[in-house]
Amino acid sequence: MTIQFGNPDRPNSYIGKTVPRPNAAKLVQGRGQYVDDITLPRMVHVAFVRSPFAHAQITGIDAAEALATKGVLRVFTGADLAEVCTPWVAVLAHLKGLKSPPEHPIAIDRAVWVGEPVAAVVATSRAAAEEGAALVEVDYDPLPAVTDTMTALDADTPVIHPDLGDNLAFRRLHEEGDVDAAKAAAHKVVTARFRTARHTGVTLEPRSILVDWNPAEGQMTAYHATQAPHMMQSVLAKHLDIPESRVRVICGDVGGSYGIKVHVYPDEVATAAIAKVMGRPVKFIADRLESFTTDIHARDHEIEASIAVDADGKILAIDVNDWTGIGPYSVYPRTSAIEGNQVVNLCGGPYDFANYRARTSVVFQNKTPTCQYRAVGHPIAVAITEGLVDMAAAELGMDPVEIRRRNMYADDAYPVTSPAKMKFEGLSHHASMDKLMAMMDYDALRADQAEARKAGKLRGLGIASFIELTNPSPFMYGIGGARISAQDGCTVRMDPDGSVVALSGVTEQGQGTEAMLSQVVAEGVGVPPSQVRVITGDTQVTPYGGGTWASRGAGIGGEAALQAAKALRDSILQVAAAMLQAAPDTLDIRDGQVVDAATGAERMPLAELGRIVYFRGDTLPKDLPRELVQTRHFITMDYPFAFTNGVQASYLEVDPETGVVTLLKHWCVEDCGRVINPQLVDEQIRGGIVQGLGGALYEEIHYDADGQLLNGSMADYLVPMAAEMPDMQIAHVETPTGESELGAKGAGEAGTAGAPAAVMNAINDALRPLGAQVTEMPFTPERILRAMGKIEG
Amino acid sequence: MTEMFRDKIDVEITVNGEPVEARVPAGQHLIDFLRQTVGLTGAHASCEHGVCGACTVEVDGASVRGCLMLAAQADGAEVWTVEGLTERGRIADLQAAFIAHNALQCGFCTPGMLVACDELLRRGGTPSRAEIREHLSGNYCRCTGYEAIVDAVETVAKARAGKGAA
Amino acid sequence: MKASAGGYARANDLREALDLLANADGQGRVLAGGQSLIAAMNMRLSTGDMLVDISRIAELAGVAEDGETLRIGALTRHAAVGADPLVKTHVPLLAEATGHIAHAAIRNRGTIGGALSHADPAAEFPACALALGASMEIAGPDGSRTVAAEDFFEDVFTTALAEGEILTALTVPKQRPGEAQLIEEVARRSGDYALVGLCLVKRDAGHRVALFSVGATPILARACMARLDAGDLDGAVTALQGEIDPPSDTQASAAYRRHLAGVLLRRAMARLTGVPA
Repeated sequence: MTIQFGNPDRPNSYIGKTVPRPNAAKLVQGRGQYVDDITLPRMVHVAFVRSPFAHAQITGIDAAEALATKGVLRVFTGADLAEVCTPWVAVLAHLKGLKSPPEHPIAIDRAVWVGEPVAAVVATSRAAAEEGAALVEVDYDPLPAVTDTMTALDADTPVIHPDLGDNLAFRRLHEEGDVDAAKAAAHKVVTARFRTARHTGVTLEPRSILVDWNPAEGQMTAYHATQAPHMMQSVLAKHLDIPESRVRVICGDVGGSYGIKVHVYPDEVATAAIAKVMGRPVKFIADRLESFTTDIHARDHEIEASIAVDADGKILAIDVNDWTGIGPYSVYPRTSAIEGNQVVNLCGGPYDFANYRARTSVVFQNKTPTCQYRAVGHPIAVAITEGLVDMAAAELGMDPVEIRRRNMYADDAYPVTSPAKMKFEGLSHHASMDKLMAMMDYDALRADQAEARKAGKLRGLGIASFIELTNPSPFMYGIGGARISAQDGCTVRMDPDGSVVALSGVTEQGQGTEAMLSQVVAEGVGVPPSQVRVITGDTQVTPYGGGTWASRGAGIGGEAALQAAKALRDSILQVAAAMLQAAPDTLDIRDGQVVDAATGAERMPLAELGRIVYFRGDTLPKDLPRELVQTRHFITMDYPFAFTNGVQASYLEVDPETGVVTLLKHWCVEDCGRVINPQLVDEQIRGGIVQGLGGALYEEIHYDADGQLLNGSMADYLVPMAAEMPDMQIAHVETPTGESELGAKGAGEAGTAGAPAAVMNAINDALRPLGAQVTEMPFTPERILRAMGKIEG
Repeated sequence: MTEMFRDKIDVEITVNGEPVEARVPAGQHLIDFLRQTVGLTGAHASCEHGVCGACTVEVDGASVRGCLMLAAQADGAEVWTVEGLTERGRIADLQAAFIAHNALQCGFCTPGMLVACDELLRRGGTPSRAEIREHLSGNYCRCTGYEAIVDAVETVAKARAGKGAA
Repeated sequence: MKASAGGYARANDLREALDLLANADGQGRVLAGGQSLIAAMNMRLSTGDMLVDISRIAELAGVAEDGETLRIGALTRHAAVGADPLVKTHVPLLAEATGHIAHAAIRNRGTIGGALSHADPAAEFPACALALGASMEIAGPDGSRTVAAEDFFEDVFTTALAEGEILTALTVPKQRPGEAQLIEEVARRSGDYALVGLCLVKRDAGHRVALFSVGATPILARACMARLDAGDLDGAVTALQGEIDPPSDTQASAAYRRHLAGVLLRRAMARLTGVPA
């Protein structure tokens, strides 16, 4: 059976429709179960003593007073845990030259960032553990801290890891065509410096893990707020010397992840190691200060880039020099070189041009490690590209939409390979732009802007086209040697009552994975989504898979679910055909009933088929297969990634006296291929946009020159709130991928990828009559006023 | 005379309509008491410094940060959490609207968000979208982008106003 | 993080509260609404406190008229201040300021006395008290005393309150006919602490301008007030920018805050006079 996606009235047409999320009701009733909601018998709590110095020798640890504290049971040092847990090194073979030193769950001898675990205190309550942690006396010998990215490689800058020779973690230069010649021959060359601030995810649920080690069974069970349970299973098994089959990772409800919860954190591994030593359940819930100092950070790039155009606005060359500081370690096992690498891969993405040069330099520093966070590299690459394109348009006196139309790949040009050597199977830049123009009524907004200017109001309109990398193949991590699965599996079974259970390797982080799976399986089998129970997030139960990252849940996990569901449908029909004395292809399953395919006449409820198969199998032919369980796995093969595309627009007003930006409205047209559930996709886009708006206007981790984090609270690290956010209008163009029957690509990064550039361009559009321009994010009121020359000193 | 101060305090609190008696540590905040002692894990501890709103519960008829009130201070108070509000059906229309609009993703902020929304809705009338956004300005949601939440509250406000007029 | 308190005691009346404080071996901390104190305890910025919970002392809450003044009990919660008809009529500045303070749930618990005693230099109520020329009623072991707002705020989180004393009420002159009161501030997000805030009171006797988030304490901008009284707005802006010494932090530099102070003064005067800035 091939699904007729073009016919919205086909039977069981759940794919493409908004169906309710099966797990929403429990969440609105407060009946979710997050890790901190779980209490196990004999459970203890761990709190960590953390380095107050960015770089220091640890010369002594005295835990006597801590151990005398009521409720405190044990104190562990780095040396203690090194006996039961091996260190890890976060490099990938395909990122040539990437280096990073071995990292332990708790620092041994030397701490290299403020917040690195130095000792662990285990107690009967978190409060007692914290009390004990405050009493552990650690002697430090402070060492010079490396905090500035741009001088990290200077000869007089100390080398953080002397064994590695220098502070360069990774460098990549990509060159295509002849950039220098193109620039020399160009009508205009525009150069700008961009900066993206250090961000962190601020998941409302802090990082959480509860690990139980049962020595009698030789089994470790980790209840973990994670995006990748199977990856964590592999990591815990390897470093704690347990057979992989004896580690079970259970991931229940997760309170937000956005990439933060897909990494290996020293304190979480330490918690597992302590559980193994103590033989009882150990819980670690990060507090908010720990979140700010130890959740991975991201972005923090400084870029000088230029664009060369001819007199018609055609892009001749793009030249990018990107620098980023990643903290003292590359983060395991995905590594911290990926974001810089993505900047190289993604700059210039929407445009058909010939000459491209991009270099990324990834350096070590004594700050919190950075790693992959939602839309890895995208907001940076899009800001560079779209910022430059707007600047070039301004130089040429050309409308920003027009210059894009002159350069975007034609919608019938695919497949193409970009100057960055990215392969695009099929994108829709022009169709998306057309849809955006109509949706936002571009001309009316320009008229409104002109009116506002007459009244002394600075209104601006910003456009940002973008590409988004989704559905990653093993080319992302697997080829580098990481045990991170790019394939995913789904098992679908029919139970005696005719209901269907789907077990999937992709995970639910709130984005609606379970709803998406329920409707794909419902359509594939032929039952209502309410009759499908979805189970995710348990390595002992679900097929092996990669989990949630790089927008792969629908595209990879959804296709596996669809194929498993269709296989189950075939199995059911084979049994039904025998029972009804009919050919299988004359039957169909609709709404939980076996029906006549031609007329739709009901032949038998699935519950009756279930009753016979499971309880009166004696009445069926002996050689009839009755496998009402089917498993399928899916992996992409033709393209390393399924690229998507889209375009965003922001309309805003800048207060000329205070510099405060008021967001008036935001639009996004996006092409994620087949839309499985429009409401879920739209909400992914909206949530992503707001996260991008945070980067554009608010979010910035501050450090002082000694590597002290200055704004480690929610009152000081600002994220977007309801009062300042605009309403957002979302629309779609659908260019399904041909790699799968489902045709779905990812949608999780699109909003975050394009929003900062759209806002930057809108602010600069507003400021342009004043000759002012901002390129350093976040665009705080002060930065804007300084650009306008209104602040002295 | 420091024995006038206690490090454990006996409290009697009415939680979701049921009496709870307990001896609480002096420094324990209300949200830990509700989650750990009473077993009501609906509302969450997230920032524990009064900013995020995930721990918002209702105390004596008003929304309160569960992390900025000591359990000892709740002695004699009437406390409602999402579990009790659900059981009494007090916010059923709001919960239904949250589901219909997909006004939640991970759900971690949702119990606190609902208490905040309920407080606004109980004032009656039909608040503007700006007023809804302003009232929710102390409740973080990192997933949704807020618009769906505003949609849900607006829908309920209009529905309740319509019912009141009829 | 989890708070670590040394002990807790609830006072049923003011006398008991003062006795408890006197017997806390110097570790006593008055706990009212707790919206700042408990946050600080949770972050372990304050540990081992002997908490004297005064939040149940009914006599300390509520708003009452007293001739030409309004007496606002220290335990009157922010939400109650903002909604009180007497406050709206006679001290509209306080009612308007309430809307800028944090968020609904915080305003439901936080008390005006707590905000004044905490003396956060970025808070609205202390600057309001200054602009209004309010006075603080203070009870201590040896009786009560009254301190003018101008003498009350001494440094960051530091007031004229001595150990063992409790702020019991704020007394504010009622607005006279023709008087105007307003508050302007710029914050990054609604409910955030202001980058700079300004309270303006215009009376027959002259202008009173108080600023917050521009130094260790809220300040009364006397030179600025004199220029306003002289009808010299530009001079007032210059004077204002000269008499504040704002901090630089992760949210804003001193120079930006100084600039904002001038913008807010012009906006406040524009609202006052009806002439656009």
